Amino acid sequence: MNVVGKPRRRVDGRAKVTGQTRFADDFALPRMVHLKLLRSPHAHALIESLDVARAQAHPGVHLVLTGKDFPVTFGILPVTQDEYALAPEHVRYVGDPVAGVVARDEQTATEALDLIEVRYRPLEPIATPEEALAKPEPRIHAYGERGNIHRLQAFQFGDADAAIAASDHVFEDIFFYEGNTHLPIEQHACVAALDADGKLTLWSSTQVPHYVHRALARVLRMPASQIRVIATPNGGGFGGKTDICNHELVAAKAALVLGRPVKICLNREEVFYMHRGRHPVLMKFRTGVTKDGKLTGMHLQTLVDGGAYGSYGVASTFYTGALQTVTYELPRYQFEAARVFTNKPPCGPKRGHGTPQPRYGQEIQLDKIAERLDKDPAELRLAMLAKPNSLTANWLRIGSIGLEQCIKTVVERSDWKNRYRKLPQGRGLGLACGAYLCGAGLPIYWNKMPQSGVQLLLDRSGQVTLFCGATEIGQGSDDVLAAIVSEVLGIDPYEVRCVTGDTGMTPVDLGSYSSRVTLMAGNAAIQAAQKLKSMLAEAAAEDLEVAPERISFANGRVSFESHSLTFAEAVVLAEAKFGTLGAVGSYSPPRAPGKYKGAGVGPSPAYSYTACVVEAQVDPRTGWITIPKIWIAHDIGRTINPVLARGQVEGSVYMGLSEALMEEQVFRRLPPKLSRALVHKMPSLLEYKSITSLEMPEMDTVLIEDPDPNGPFGAKEVGQGPLLPVPPAVANAIYDAVGVRIDEIPITPDKVMRALEKKAKGEAPRVGPERFPDVPYPQPLIVPPAWEGGDGSEVKRHDAAAVV
Amino acid sequence: MMRLPWFDYRAPRTLSEAARILAGEGPNAALIAGGTDLLPNMKRRQSAPKVLVSLRRIPELKRNGAVLGAGITLTEIVRKPELPRGLRQAAAQVATVHLRNMGTIGGNLCLDTRCNYYNQNYEWRKAIDFCLKKDGDICWVATASKRCVAMSSTDCAPALLALGARVTLVSANGERELPLEELYNNDGIDYLHRRPDEILTEVHCANAPSTYWKLRRRGAFDFPVLGVAAALIDGSARLALGAVASRPFLVAKANDFLRGKQLTDDVIDEAGRIAASRAKPMDNADLDLYWRKEVTAAFVAYALRELRGDDLRETRSRIARYEPA
Repeated sequence: MNVVGKPRRRVDGRAKVTGQTRFADDFALPRMVHLKLLRSPHAHALIESLDVARAQAHPGVHLVLTGKDFPVTFGILPVTQDEYALAPEHVRYVGDPVAGVVARDEQTATEALDLIEVRYRPLEPIATPEEALAKPEPRIHAYGERGNIHRLQAFQFGDADAAIAASDHVFEDIFFYEGNTHLPIEQHACVAALDADGKLTLWSSTQVPHYVHRALARVLRMPASQIRVIATPNGGGFGGKTDICNHELVAAKAALVLGRPVKICLNREEVFYMHRGRHPVLMKFRTGVTKDGKLTGMHLQTLVDGGAYGSYGVASTFYTGALQTVTYELPRYQFEAARVFTNKPPCGPKRGHGTPQPRYGQEIQLDKIAERLDKDPAELRLAMLAKPNSLTANWLRIGSIGLEQCIKTVVERSDWKNRYRKLPQGRGLGLACGAYLCGAGLPIYWNKMPQSGVQLLLDRSGQVTLFCGATEIGQGSDDVLAAIVSEVLGIDPYEVRCVTGDTGMTPVDLGSYSSRVTLMAGNAAIQAAQKLKSMLAEAAAEDLEVAPERISFANGRVSFESHSLTFAEAVVLAEAKFGTLGAVGSYSPPRAPGKYKGAGVGPSPAYSYTACVVEAQVDPRTGWITIPKIWIAHDIGRTINPVLARGQVEGSVYMGLSEALMEEQVFRRLPPKLSRALVHKMPSLLEYKSITSLEMPEMDTVLIEDPDPNGPFGAKEVGQGPLLPVPPAVANAIYDAVGVRIDEIPITPDKVMRALEKKAKGEAPRVGPERFPDVPYPQPLIVPPAWEGGDGSEVKRHDAAAVV
Repeated sequence: MMRLPWFDYRAPRTLSEAARILAGEGPNAALIAGGTDLLPNMKRRQSAPKVLVSLRRIPELKRNGAVLGAGITLTEIVRKPELPRGLRQAAAQVATVHLRNMGTIGGNLCLDTRCNYYNQNYEWRKAIDFCLKKDGDICWVATASKRCVAMSSTDCAPALLALGARVTLVSANGERELPLEELYNNDGIDYLHRRPDEILTEVHCANAPSTYWKLRRRGAFDFPVLGVAAALIDGSARLALGAVASRPFLVAKANDFLRGKQLTDDVIDEAGRIAASRAKPMDNADLDLYWRKEVTAAFVAYALRELRGDDLRETRSRIARYEPA
């Protein structure tokens, strides 16, 4: 291969390094006006009255919009259309938008916000999941399971409880993973404007222009063909720009009303309120193990703090259990989950979407299992790895699995065998693994169309233009698409012009989320490029007087042995022969084997795997934690551009380590006797702590290539998976260093100190959640695994006994 | 982004002119040097002075000899090896490179006190119905407290207190020099004994063996949640603490104990125990407050051992994440 696998400067690198990339905030259009949103100061309240007269009369104010202007709800999932662009009567968290002011400049708009008079009737806020379970009233939403329980899910893939009860050892552990947010350096921003034909264009810092397009049509009650959404290059997304945002809808509406361009840039506080970040999850794992270290069954329960709206929450909740089965052989599995509403900014997907939380619990529990069984944690895992080309208990089809090599690589490079459990007191090593999707098997809204489309245009100059709805969020999707097309056509990737993320110009791609772009848009790009390649080959073959299949494409030339044409010459011949040259390709994932209700979350064309060893140093007097080095190996299938791939692995390590040690999106409930306030504890980049370059350890990064038949050139994802093993590996390393278990995230020095003090007193050396509340999980859906006679469907309860 | 409120800007070229403007404007005016503390606070509407009086063009404040002008930047302090090590270590750990290039020693000594209920934007503070320090009636950190418990967050002050520094204040009516410790008041609102018409102009500080240890979450950006300064004055070690009260202070009881003593391990342990008992962290800053109090003794030990001559570079690089000064 000439391009794939070679380290290269990314195709959009020059524009970014020289400051020429145009982010949403860089857009300034003639006659542009500015929008600011008035947000609720109450965590939970009803709006009794809202008077905008003074704001409207303020000099420089053009328009004030309120909930009355937005009668139609929206939501990213069809089952949870529970948000209003501006809340008409019920506000559900501090920061929930209630009005929008458009003025000549941001300063004037901000001043006018203070002139809007809103009378609220405060309601009792629901601060925690425990409160949400205990207090059905006041209800945050009128829909859901009951009270403030948004969603309950329960599955039984084989009788896990019976398997656990019959095991040699049973492990029961409770873990808590605190919520945290994405922290993109670019705050959300957008500009809405009418074009010369009166059609609406929205430039927005979004990962999902296609979904924003659909939501705009719905909320503005306009034909989608009259709307164009252009995703500007995102200055970081990480899942925080995968939802429909209130400000996008309000800016679009204001542009329609005023006929002038309208801009809004959220400030950092507002990004913390927009959130859609990592759900806080409380988890209980009951796991059965044989005396030689095989898993017999697992019963996982999760309690998910959803915040004030649905967002991606139904999917996030499924993901707290869906991928527990793809790393290690697990013959029986029971999974129960609940998502509750609370009066806090809505949670949603963040890098790893719902899976880092249970991964944290699973990988720490395996460390505990290894210790009890007196086994090496690496050996324990190697002996129970899931098999390639296999089905899991919950009916996921695994293709390639490079986890064995990942584990062996980090074990060898960290000198694990000589250092684990052998370092002096205060120093330790910890191992953990993870797995992730390469794109969700199903789209967010039910349809039978492809998930990704690519269109290629060639002209006689030799120019190649690629059109694709995929969105460049900094991850390098443009570069990956250019590389794939240039590999097929034998040209230089810098010759390919990428037009992406524009619903008015490009074929639909569902967006940059769930690690789907390389695999899905990549496969669509290969398909389109191959169609053109065969046309070029046919035309060139005529000229070179050989059979088309003997023509090769490389280094910008189309050749047969020593005879060759330049690529542009071949294009000219093909254009003469076939007419104007273009081709499309599209991609639909393979059908998933699971057929039960709920089987839609978890399937993927391929799974990536990662193993990680963390070295930790802990000061026994203060609990102070230092991470000197991390070794990580990621099974990427095939690397398209190693520079980008390593950047994704290292960025994931950064983010995982930051979650492990510091980050927490947490809230303050003021004393209830004095106040109803429930506020974000620290919505600022200074006080929401995330690690800096000074806390970053030395990193040893290895990419493991085990090509997957479903990936483009065998490629799998690398954007999210490498985050997963980092937090549990940190916890395991701290245990090796000072013998204390921190069963919750973040792991802070005060928690380590508390655990050390317990240890000194002879108590269990552990800090973490003590109990799992009673959750009214429903009767589980019974889905027998394939090896127990199942066919992928649920069975009726009275038939269940017969199948096993 | 958050925008600044409107204000008039005055940029006098002499100290006497600045003092005259200040006398005329009264409490409506605020002094601005580097602006690294004031401007973000203004954006969040923690204050909205009508007039800003800039000190940047006043040459007297840039004096950089035996006496330090208040307008010397923190970066200039770090780069001046003849200054006491403790002061340079403190200056080197303030915020980030960019902010140290702008921020001044005078500004750091006069830094507004900080609190998680106060260092928030206007909308956030409105959501809690404000607090005692600004626009409200209740201290949410200690709801029974009549006094604001916002925390002194200056790094340079404890370092200079341990060194026995003095400062000069100038007003239209004259000037006065006072020991640095007399500048501070243990009240989160009235945290300085500086009259609104006075300008802090000079810092007088003799060189002496000294050291500063800062506790914060990360190796950059963060304000201290504990600062321990130690200096050897007339053969005795002196300790000062920062970020554990509304003022930085000399730890009188510990310093009485240390007077005339060799810094043996036992002496260091006892000094740490005494100093920790004086630390009163509140739940209004980063990290668990009980833990912050608990580790005070360990940080005092780091400071005194370094003062004694122990090689603490490894410990410091773990705590500070880099080698300051």
